[in-house]
Amino acid sequence: MIDYSAQTLVPLPVVLPLFAAGLTLALWRYPRAQRIISVTTLSLMVAAAVGLVVAADSGPVVVNVGGWAAPVGIDLVADRLSALMLLVSSVVMLVVLLYSLGQGVADGDEATPVAIYHPTYLVLAAGVSNAFLAGDLFNLYVGFEILLVASYVLLTLGGTAERIRAGAVYVVVALLSSIIFLVAVALTYAATGTVNLAQLAIRLPDVDPGVQLVIHILLLLAFGIKAAIFPLSAWLPDSYPTAPAPVTAVFAGLLTKVGIYAIIRTQTLLFPDGRADDVLMVLGLATMLVGILGAVAQDDIKRLLSFTLVSHIGFMVFGIAMGTTAGYSAAIFYVVHHITVQTTLFLVVGLVERVGGTTSLDRLGGLARIAPGLAILFFIPAMNLAGIPPLSGFLGKVGLIEEGVRQGTVLTWILVAGSVLTSLLTLYAIVKAWNKAFWQTPPEDVQPVRLPRGMVGPTAGIVTLGVGLTLVAGPLYGYTDRAADTLTDGYTYVEAVFPDGATRGDGVSDDTDADDTVEIGGEG
Amino acid sequence: MNLADVSPTEGLSTVPSLALVLAIGVLFTGGIYLLLERSLTRILIGFILVGNGVNLMLLVAGGRAGGAPIVGITPEDEMSDPLVQAMILTAVVITLGLTAFVLAMAYRSWQLNGHDEVQDDLEDRRIARRAAENAPSYADEDAEATDTLDDEAPEVRDETSRLGREGDR
Repeated sequence: MIDYSAQTLVPLPVVLPLFAAGLTLALWRYPRAQRIISVTTLSLMVAAAVGLVVAADSGPVVVNVGGWAAPVGIDLVADRLSALMLLVSSVVMLVVLLYSLGQGVADGDEATPVAIYHPTYLVLAAGVSNAFLAGDLFNLYVGFEILLVASYVLLTLGGTAERIRAGAVYVVVALLSSIIFLVAVALTYAATGTVNLAQLAIRLPDVDPGVQLVIHILLLLAFGIKAAIFPLSAWLPDSYPTAPAPVTAVFAGLLTKVGIYAIIRTQTLLFPDGRADDVLMVLGLATMLVGILGAVAQDDIKRLLSFTLVSHIGFMVFGIAMGTTAGYSAAIFYVVHHITVQTTLFLVVGLVERVGGTTSLDRLGGLARIAPGLAILFFIPAMNLAGIPPLSGFLGKVGLIEEGVRQGTVLTWILVAGSVLTSLLTLYAIVKAWNKAFWQTPPEDVQPVRLPRGMVGPTAGIVTLGVGLTLVAGPLYGYTDRAADTLTDGYTYVEAVFPDGATRGDGVSDDTDADDTVEIGGEG
Repeated sequence: MNLADVSPTEGLSTVPSLALVLAIGVLFTGGIYLLLERSLTRILIGFILVGNGVNLMLLVAGGRAGGAPIVGITPEDEMSDPLVQAMILTAVVITLGLTAFVLAMAYRSWQLNGHDEVQDDLEDRRIARRAAENAPSYADEDAEATDTLDDEAPEVRDETSRLGREGDR
């Protein structure tokens, strides 16, 4: 007999899409079945994530996979941060899937590349969920690999010359970051004899500070490449814009945020001493400014948005680098806002491309007359990104700036000034795109195109969701505050994995003498 | 556990074998050199070399080799660490998958372009070149008219000119 509880929900966001991926691959001849399976799976993921968000609010939900006790077994941990990230990411993935279905139906290309689109997309969903839930450094690595491999396939979908060019850049950079991550895992294991995050939190403080620093930097380096933090960000604007619109949207929304999530875990759980805070702060500033200056120079909307994506990663790094509860809370809120708004903008740009036939600002124009509805869909998330009150972008930035001012060191003041400047430049860049795409005299005569309802519907839905974030901002900030509290208190996570100070998690384990297996490799 | 406390006779030492450490060094050096190349095939070989280097690193992290880690066959303090081997196995499988993908991509690149090199981003280069020329990155339709105010002035009816003529009279 099986007991159903909140713990039952934890593995679902990983297991369901993986299972569905196999199923859709087997049913590649039946596009209709594929569509039904994918939509159902992602809807179930959203439901599971909602359940986890509620359940995790009363303490982290831990599952020892297969009943094997952590740290020898693998554990999945859903605390408030993980659950919130899961919820946002699964909602976004569902919306993007619906959008891409609308696109596929409209274009009638239900044949070739779409056959592998569904399985790959579901594997991506599984990878993202696994990364958020992993309670173990190696499992986090595996989660990253799952989502990266799926992203390689999605990015080079169809294998056109342009996508192969972009894919080569993306794949090579991602391979390098994976290697760095794996080196960090090896060093961590050599130094502590464990890869379980909770156990690492206990053991790492005893490790030699020099060794700690090496591991710390390697982890930040690996996650920094994934999160596209300057100077590790150059690959992103090169590779993202060439993919199909829904793929770019989901990449822009989620993949960099998985890196941010991993950095938050590193900074709070593994190395709460804050030794890297100042470095992160400077890098955050550089990311903001270099990114937004790049955006100002672009004349292609997709590239412009890719650069704003890089730039706004800097805001989250700023929040993390402040190292306080309020800082983390604002950073998490900003992640939620940014996943939504960036995905929305890329989806809208997909629609713009359909109407205008291009994404180059030189050749677009007059869209406000041809497609006034599209203009509204673009304007709202654009203003949200720039941080115009009362939209969620403004609230996120206020949280960050407030905490920066409260800390009041020279560095945080510089960062505060930098983030205000970045917001203004974002406004400039995005208004430039708005003016040129929607209001300038069209260089060539554009024929009105009827936008498929299947694409407009999901886009309108996610625009509404973005606006809705403002309405629920109070409760959401409350939730991120509590999430940040448990992140920074230093014991909630560990105690959830090892209840009552035990050396093993609750699960089957014949040998409760924890030192046996792990000390062989340990120097500590 | 302090390194000095471990005598070779009791349990397994954590001091890695020099041969393994040297092998890791060689694999990393060669691999990183190849990763810096432009041809995808060489990058791939570089990735495989470094990947194997990391696998050896994981192996070293598990301490010295002992007996098979099966209860009943090897006494507990002479067992190898099985966890690192599980991790290496996973990493090897991942590397295999990635190798297949990069090979396919290199082949596709060769099919399309006749070479398998990582190419420049042309749009990026174009923007950079225009920036170097200090030209605007995009054509501004509204600012198309390059006339200065002085150029425009003669075209505009100028009432004050009448004043001047009146003064002459």
